[in-house]
Amino acid sequence: MATGGEKKRRPSDRTAPRVEAAKRVVRAAAQVRRRARGGEAGRAIVPPQTVAGRALVSVVAIMCFLACLAVGALSVVREAAHDWQVDISREATIQIKPIGTTGMEMRLARALSLARETSGVRSARLVDERESTALLEPWLGQGLDLSSLPVPRLVVVELEDPASADLSGLRAKLAQEVEGAMLDDHAVWAARLRTMAGGVVLVGVGVVVLVLAAMVLSIVFATRAAMAGNRDVIEVLHFVGAEDPFIAREFRRHFVVLGLEGGSVGGAAALALFGLGDLLLRSGRGDPLGDQAQALFGGFSIGWSGFFGVIAIVALVTALTGITSRATVLGHLKRLE
Amino acid sequence: MIEFENVGLRYGMGPEVLSDLTFDIAPRSFQFLTGPSGAGKTSLIRLLFLSLKPTRGLIRVFGRDTARVGRGELPALRRRIGVVFQDFRLLDHLTTYENVALPLRVAGQEEASYRADVVDLLDWVGLGERMHAMPPVLSGGEKQRAAIARALITRPEILLADEPTGNVDPPLAKRLLRLFVELNRLGTSVLIATHDLALMEQFDARRIVLAERRIEIYE
Ligand SMILES: Nc1ncnc2c1ncn2[C@@H]1O[C@H](COP(=O)(O)OP(=O)(O)OP(=O)(O)O)[C@@H](O)[C@H]1O
Ligand SMILES: [Mg+2]
Repeated sequence: MATGGEKKRRPSDRTAPRVEAAKRVVRAAAQVRRRARGGEAGRAIVPPQTVAGRALVSVVAIMCFLACLAVGALSVVREAAHDWQVDISREATIQIKPIGTTGMEMRLARALSLARETSGVRSARLVDERESTALLEPWLGQGLDLSSLPVPRLVVVELEDPASADLSGLRAKLAQEVEGAMLDDHAVWAARLRTMAGGVVLVGVGVVVLVLAAMVLSIVFATRAAMAGNRDVIEVLHFVGAEDPFIAREFRRHFVVLGLEGGSVGGAAALALFGLGDLLLRSGRGDPLGDQAQALFGGFSIGWSGFFGVIAIVALVTALTGITSRATVLGHLKRLE
Repeated sequence: MIEFENVGLRYGMGPEVLSDLTFDIAPRSFQFLTGPSGAGKTSLIRLLFLSLKPTRGLIRVFGRDTARVGRGELPALRRRIGVVFQDFRLLDHLTTYENVALPLRVAGQEEASYRADVVDLLDWVGLGERMHAMPPVLSGGEKQRAAIARALITRPEILLADEPTGNVDPPLAKRLLRLFVELNRLGTSVLIATHDLALMEQFDARRIVLAERRIEIYE
């Protein structure tokens, strides 16, 4: 399974920009936090200590972490599935069934040359008996003499470009000229893989949605609690002519900070976990388990799409805290009358 | 500018606290609202600035029937009314300065545009030194003056003050009354709820007397 060389960048190339981006997020959070605390815009009208801070940050951090894990897993599975799909659709197999006891070598040679003549085929290769034995070993055990068994033989056809290769032409010719030959273009496998990957993506998206929904609900409760604790403040604000959006803004600014804080912690934890997994996998290369995982996932690395997925989740979490708290305040104020 | 017609008020299922109130408050007028404790002065003030709805009768504020004022229009109307609450209603976690500036901040004004005005007003009510103190460490009289300053900072068209001299000594009460009178001269209608007879004797003005749920007016 060739995973392509473009993925094997040095680790430092990859982590440096991420570390930079993480630093930038932390700096921005600190700034927003200073603003919410007062400073140039004046002290917060809703006192920060009346908003259930630590507890909510923890909830948001955990939810964001889980959502990021789901996104990371999605990204790993999707990339792996894509790689597999490219790999298997770049190949086709000609299977030649034994008929009688002779003529196999001749038919193999004919199939091989037909395959090589087909347009869009890069190479065709005979899977020799030793290789066939190795392939069957897990099922049939060691010390097997294939020549005594009616085992089909394989020709592996590597395609230049799966889209333009004339596989149907090859199939027709094989049917005409080589008895017992069957061309498998791996389309069934590719389709199955696509379905599976699609299923995994769907489940992952479902998990993300559920986790975020749970987070939104906890923000609703926290906002209601903060409003109940600040009933006097809200009343005074109404008396001095505050409009509902102003009051909502005063609450929201706390929640945005909490959301950004929790989101950053959760996102950073998820990235750290991904980095750790990546590192373990790299150090494990060479031993069988590591190789197996490497073969499966082409490296545990979540790649840039996963990294940006995590950033997007953090941004989404922050935005959701803001939107939710604002909507909760506005809804609650409307019901006050 | 404010008209009451046969207004009645009861809290919940209780008896009527106010009955058949019919009167009006003219622009640029000055009046005391008086009556024994529990007569309903605070309740009447809450009716005046739309924090309570009458159980019957009609109240018109700035020409608007309050029964028809929607939630969205309340803030705009309230910004034209300054209120000094009997219990001050200052926010304990903001400084005196920030409390007084609150109505301006709520109206969306930039701090740079009002800072000097707020400081001037604080000096005027004698709180210049206490500007950065929080209400919990202010004396009763200082809180009272902070509450008055907050009600005045937006230059409201009408000022409703509930016992604004309840916590200050007579000389300061006299000074605050002069402040209200001055404000009235500049064009603001003033209504002061008080049961301080000495205070009312210092300035000859219309008196609205609440007794037995009803009002009598002495021009
Ligand atoms: N929120 C309320 N719920 C029920 N009853 C109330 C409420 N507020 C006031 N009352 C009642 O209404 C009556 C008038 O009260 P109000 O506070 O208006 O009197 P007041 O004239 O301001 O008295 P004081 O001079 O002591 O301030 C009182 O009997 C009081 O118990
Ligand atoms: Mg009262």
